Amino acid sequence: MSALSSAFLTLVLALAAVGGAGAQQLPGNKETVEIGLSTDTIAITSGFRGTDLTVFGALDNADPLIQRQGRYDIVVVLEGPARDFVVRRKDRFFGIWVNAESVSFQHIPASYSLASTRNLQDIASPKIFGQLSLGVNNIYYEPMPDGFGSSQSLKEFTKELPRLKLKQRLYNQRPGDVQFLSSTLFRATLSLPANVPVGKHVARAYLFRNGEFLRESATSLNIVKAGLEFRIYRAANQYSLLYGFFAVFLAVVTGWMGRLIFRKD
Amino acid sequence: MSATTLGLGFILGIYLPIAEISVNVFVLFFMGAAVGFLSGMFGVGGGFLITPLLIFYNIPPAVAVATGANQVIASSFSGALTHFKRGTLDFKLGSLLVAGGIAGAALGIYVFVLLRELGQLDLIVSLLYVIFLSTVGGLMLYESVQSMRRTRAGQLANLKKPGQHNWVHRLPFKMRFRASKIYVSIIPVLVLGGAIGFLSSIMGVGGGFIMVPAMIYLLKVPTNVVIGTSLYQIVFVTAFTTVMQATTNRSVDIVLAMLLMTGGVIGAQYGARIGQKLRGEQLRALLAMLVLAVGLRLAIELFVTPDDLYSISIALASGSS
Repeated sequence: MSALSSAFLTLVLALAAVGGAGAQQLPGNKETVEIGLSTDTIAITSGFRGTDLTVFGALDNADPLIQRQGRYDIVVVLEGPARDFVVRRKDRFFGIWVNAESVSFQHIPASYSLASTRNLQDIASPKIFGQLSLGVNNIYYEPMPDGFGSSQSLKEFTKELPRLKLKQRLYNQRPGDVQFLSSTLFRATLSLPANVPVGKHVARAYLFRNGEFLRESATSLNIVKAGLEFRIYRAANQYSLLYGFFAVFLAVVTGWMGRLIFRKD
Repeated sequence: MSATTLGLGFILGIYLPIAEISVNVFVLFFMGAAVGFLSGMFGVGGGFLITPLLIFYNIPPAVAVATGANQVIASSFSGALTHFKRGTLDFKLGSLLVAGGIAGAALGIYVFVLLRELGQLDLIVSLLYVIFLSTVGGLMLYESVQSMRRTRAGQLANLKKPGQHNWVHRLPFKMRFRASKIYVSIIPVLVLGGAIGFLSSIMGVGGGFIMVPAMIYLLKVPTNVVIGTSLYQIVFVTAFTTVMQATTNRSVDIVLAMLLMTGGVIGAQYGARIGQKLRGEQLRALLAMLVLAVGLRLAIELFVTPDDLYSISIALASGSS
């Protein structure tokens, strides 16, 4: 429940950030960007090994001249629900590797998938991406108030967090995977990894013109898991006591069946 | 990791809902069957082999431990039933051991949660296994080599007889256990039960490999009721541990447990049949070496520099969940 509320919090924060960035919007521009998903819920079954999610979008009221020069850029992001994470570092004690120092972070997107028309550095300046918190290296990795030892270790672990997430494929960036199909229609291909977290994901499209951020639009996507295995998972979490008794019951029945089938005495 | 399981796993793969990984059905079934075979052959529970094997197969240690306890119930239950029918089970002694065991398991679960929050669970589980596997494996190897020597020297390989009274029998709060024909203080009984319960919840084992020798040498329980009474305690304590693990850590995977138990029950039957025909000492030496090898493998992993010194996990300690 609190995961949901923290996801909501991130959403509010993100909207606030966009509102701030809105002050920079070029005067007199009338371009709009919209994205749509064919469904608002994706059900993942147990055999899910990751897939591509295609997001279609429209760029309206574009200036034909700028468009011909290819100076419109679009970045599409699918951000997973916010969770709290701990990053740990192993150190050697008497020859044994032990988890030693750790830093706790809060409201971190559990997954983050980005597609863009070009490399981010070719689209706009790092400062703009920083203001928008756009891109794996620009997300604000918020430490828990008492979650770290020194500012030096905070800096070190803040660098490791996105690296670990990229390694787990929960974060990924795909430059070149937003493609214009016509003068107005574009398609973004995002990665949903096999271990994509369930919950509310937010898809956002960011429109840039000549290296300037114009506007943003968002839509949400619910990822749920389906199938017997997920029902078991849900039972284990929602009815954990009953689940525990059932696990014992299954074991007793299996032991008893074994005796019946292979009777010795 | 995924590359190795991709070949056959693509066809026989099954997704474990709690461990949250895809595994090969047959690998786990045979793992259960092989350990069941060994446990049938030697009359050991096998929990102390299942949990490390699961960890080698990339099952998260928390899930391996909790599911290991669940799996032990099946084999112990059928064994306890057999002893119940033969009347080789001391209910009074067993129930006292259960009482101690439940207290120990409750404490163990508390420590388990604490270690998990601190991020030290995997390390402590590995360390405990290294210590126990090397001790038990070493003792077994020593004993089987000794008995092989005696046989070669032409002597009878007889079992050690329980000695005379020791310090345990000077403790207060004595109680008479008729089925076991002993008169002993309840303090060592409760402490022994508690220690086994603690290990059961942290290591995912039944604890028979410690309980049986402790009952024989410390409490002087006659050998004919030792196994039945120990199994009786193990059934209740592992059942309690399973329910506790399910409610506090949510790390009991019933799909995984079912695969292991089915394999284990079948394997145990054949193991028991073959165990009666083959010579004991050589087999016991083989099992000892297997136990030592598993312990060594776990020990090596503690010392080898990990691929990545950093790791990330969902924060458990915060008030977020």
